[in-house]
Amino acid sequence: MIDSAVTEAGARRARRPPLLLWVAAVAVVALVTLPLLYLAVRAAGGGSDAWSVLGRDRLLELVGQTALLVGAVTGAAVAVGVPLAWLVARTDLPGRRFWSVAGALPLVIPSYVAALVLLAAFGPRGLLQQVLEGAFGIERVPEIYGFPGAVLALTLSTYPYVYLLTVAAFRDLDPALEEASRGLGRSQLETMRRVALPVLRPSIGAGALLVALYTLSDFGAVSLMQYSSLTRAVYLQYRSLFDRTPAAVLALVLVLLTAVVLVLEAWSRGRARYYRATPGAARTAARVDLGRWRWPAVTFCAAVVGFGLVVPLVVIGYWLERAVSLGEGFEAAWGAAFNSVLASALAASAAVLAALPVALLASRHPSRWTRTLERASFSANALPGIVIALSLVFFAANYASPVYQTLALLVFAYVVRFFPQALAGASSAFARLSPRLEEAARGLGRSPRRAFFSVTAPLVAPGLLAGAALVFLSTMKELPATLLLRPIGFETLATDVWTATTVGSYSQAALPALLLIAFSAPFVYLLTTRRLGMDAHG
Amino acid sequence: MPARRIVRATLAALLLVALAACGGDDGGEASAQGGGKLTVYSGREEEIVEPLFEMFEEETGIDVEVRYGDSAELAATIAEEGDSSPADVFFAQDPGSLGAIEEAGLLAELSDDVLERVDERFRDPEGRWIGTSGRARVITYNTDVLSEGELPDSILDFADPEWEGRIGFPPTNASFQAFVTAMRLSEGDDATREWLEAIKANDPHLYESNTPTVEAVAAGEIDVGFVNHYYLYIVRAEQPDAPVANHYLESGDPGALVSVAGVGVLDGAEHAAEAEQFVDFLLSEEGQSFYAEEAAEAEYPLIDGVEPREGLPPLEDLQGPDIELDELGPELERTLELLNEVGFTT
Repeated sequence: MIDSAVTEAGARRARRPPLLLWVAAVAVVALVTLPLLYLAVRAAGGGSDAWSVLGRDRLLELVGQTALLVGAVTGAAVAVGVPLAWLVARTDLPGRRFWSVAGALPLVIPSYVAALVLLAAFGPRGLLQQVLEGAFGIERVPEIYGFPGAVLALTLSTYPYVYLLTVAAFRDLDPALEEASRGLGRSQLETMRRVALPVLRPSIGAGALLVALYTLSDFGAVSLMQYSSLTRAVYLQYRSLFDRTPAAVLALVLVLLTAVVLVLEAWSRGRARYYRATPGAARTAARVDLGRWRWPAVTFCAAVVGFGLVVPLVVIGYWLERAVSLGEGFEAAWGAAFNSVLASALAASAAVLAALPVALLASRHPSRWTRTLERASFSANALPGIVIALSLVFFAANYASPVYQTLALLVFAYVVRFFPQALAGASSAFARLSPRLEEAARGLGRSPRRAFFSVTAPLVAPGLLAGAALVFLSTMKELPATLLLRPIGFETLATDVWTATTVGSYSQAALPALLLIAFSAPFVYLLTTRRLGMDAHG
Repeated sequence: MPARRIVRATLAALLLVALAACGGDDGGEASAQGGGKLTVYSGREEEIVEPLFEMFEEETGIDVEVRYGDSAELAATIAEEGDSSPADVFFAQDPGSLGAIEEAGLLAELSDDVLERVDERFRDPEGRWIGTSGRARVITYNTDVLSEGELPDSILDFADPEWEGRIGFPPTNASFQAFVTAMRLSEGDDATREWLEAIKANDPHLYESNTPTVEAVAAGEIDVGFVNHYYLYIVRAEQPDAPVANHYLESGDPGALVSVAGVGVLDGAEHAAEAEQFVDFLLSEEGQSFYAEEAAEAEYPLIDGVEPREGLPPLEDLQGPDIELDELGPELERTLELLNEVGFTT
């Protein structure tokens, strides 16, 4: 009786988050949601007239088209990412080591490059059409512009989020669960559905959420493919510019859509919590024998990697070859490459540090308040890059001029944009770590701090590093905020690609695009390996 | 446990990097102080105007810092910065972006000496921005399929069903939208809507920007493209034998609009004297010859005594509809709505 009372009091005490953690987490969330404050200022400043955009029929259509795009891209990314993850993690797929890395590599290709490349390959007058015309006299290929092109380009550049998080979850999944299910007579498929999928669901959901946020905020692919999404409408409003209020109002609509996506993701996650009691005992699961499905499976992997990686490389190679044959000179983009890597490394470190208190609070002290705080940190992240950039221009130029147009502010902008990716890494690491381990350490006489460093930290480090790698890769590709917030003369590989493509000089874009891919690829490789991958038990 | 040491080392390294990030950039702002400097926000592409900045630096010894970006986005940036803008000069692709900044009260008056060098139709009536180079709207056509004589004199005639499936243009491009605005101002909204609907019925091919439109003409995918005159030269640079040429429409036709890229000096610019020197340079014989001779885009020089690139008809012969260029900006929103309603853009 006395014992249980003591235990309960102890548990309550352990559950109450320390004030410092609260302060740190609230401060971080307040900073990353700064753009919302800016939107409120702009939307309020415009008078009732500006809100008339809300009344237009067009708005409903835009919201519908955006929702359709997000739904289709997220669905397609899950449909590609999850089977691919299962194939490389759980089956005897021929060449699975190769596919496990190659399947993640399309992550290094920015969506605007993916769209450019798809147009160059499959658009009117594209390489495919030229080949077909040469061989069969075919003069027109099916239209790729609009919805199909946008879905294809965005799916190819985002499915690796789902894939990477799901592979990690498969590796974490205790094979004993599946073996028990099989032993009880359930079929392979039934086991997958009833045992594996529920445990994988949080990871798949986290990946799908990143895909959805990316799609909501993407401008490059939808503008090249001429698909009318809300983000494209926001850009067009800024480009017509005589009133910034309608753009702000449209952006707020985008925030509302983001909230819907977040609620859906939380709902799909349900109330279940999955922990493994024995983090050290990971065994390799017996691999499923694909049998006669081996070659169809290989074909599937080849198609995904072909569209996502090989086609872009071939097209960029073609541009490069054309530039060489025209005798164009190349300026070495090494300075830009250095700047890209520097800014991305700083952004990755800063984002992970910022994500720590939020993830720790939400996973260690789950309550409605901490979860709301965690969700709130996502709310600004589906905003188009230009909105985030202009909001920071507004605040920094007017209220913090010493940091305006410095690397520090640029890094801060990256953290604001890509915070969810760092948080996804940190949260998935903490979520899979049983609090009992820490409790055990405490029970064995360790102080909370020592328990954290000797037990928790080693277990979550790989997840944090995975989050850092995701932020690194996104920052390498980032364009709109970089253009407006970089210090003058600070060229990155992404701005070099932009500089060349604005004048339609694809041949000059080829070299920085290739360097962008080359410098990003090692980080994708790290993400797919067991040592640093999204694996809480490295 | 070695894992613990690895984690500690990693966390320590992350912390160090973060600290370095915070402390590493004190230098930037201080260097902007003092004379002999100029900060330009350029909506004109680096590939095209960088030599101009180099010429100016060489001539004056003034150190020019350039922030490149999209004209409209830079205009929005200057508007957000307000009086704290680090920019001295805004060098823009179109009168619209300059007009927006002027409307926000952020541009200073230019000197009469500079203003007088350029025809009134190519500058702000208030004298707060001035055109630096001209771009004419043209019909680019495929010379394998069409001869110049087969092309109409007015863009209105492309509404005819004989052009079904043969037209291409970039509906989201600012120059195309400026042309549609010009048509609205000269022909009226109803006539413009009718024309757009007829063009839509002709099943046009839509492109992201001008260069792909001209490339499509060169490839024979379409017969005619509605673009600016100089894209022809850009495409020819990559494909010297491309079967493309420009057709200029008759004077007064909305399809013959001549617009400008231009420049303005920020009110309260920190380096106002250098900014004036720069505007003076852009409109000097040397700064203007650049467009006639070496620029990748063969735009029209705007001052007297500098001839355009060989092969271009004289600027005096090109006359768009009778409208002021600074009317185009404030009317853009209505044009976007019209393009929406007809179904060309968002």
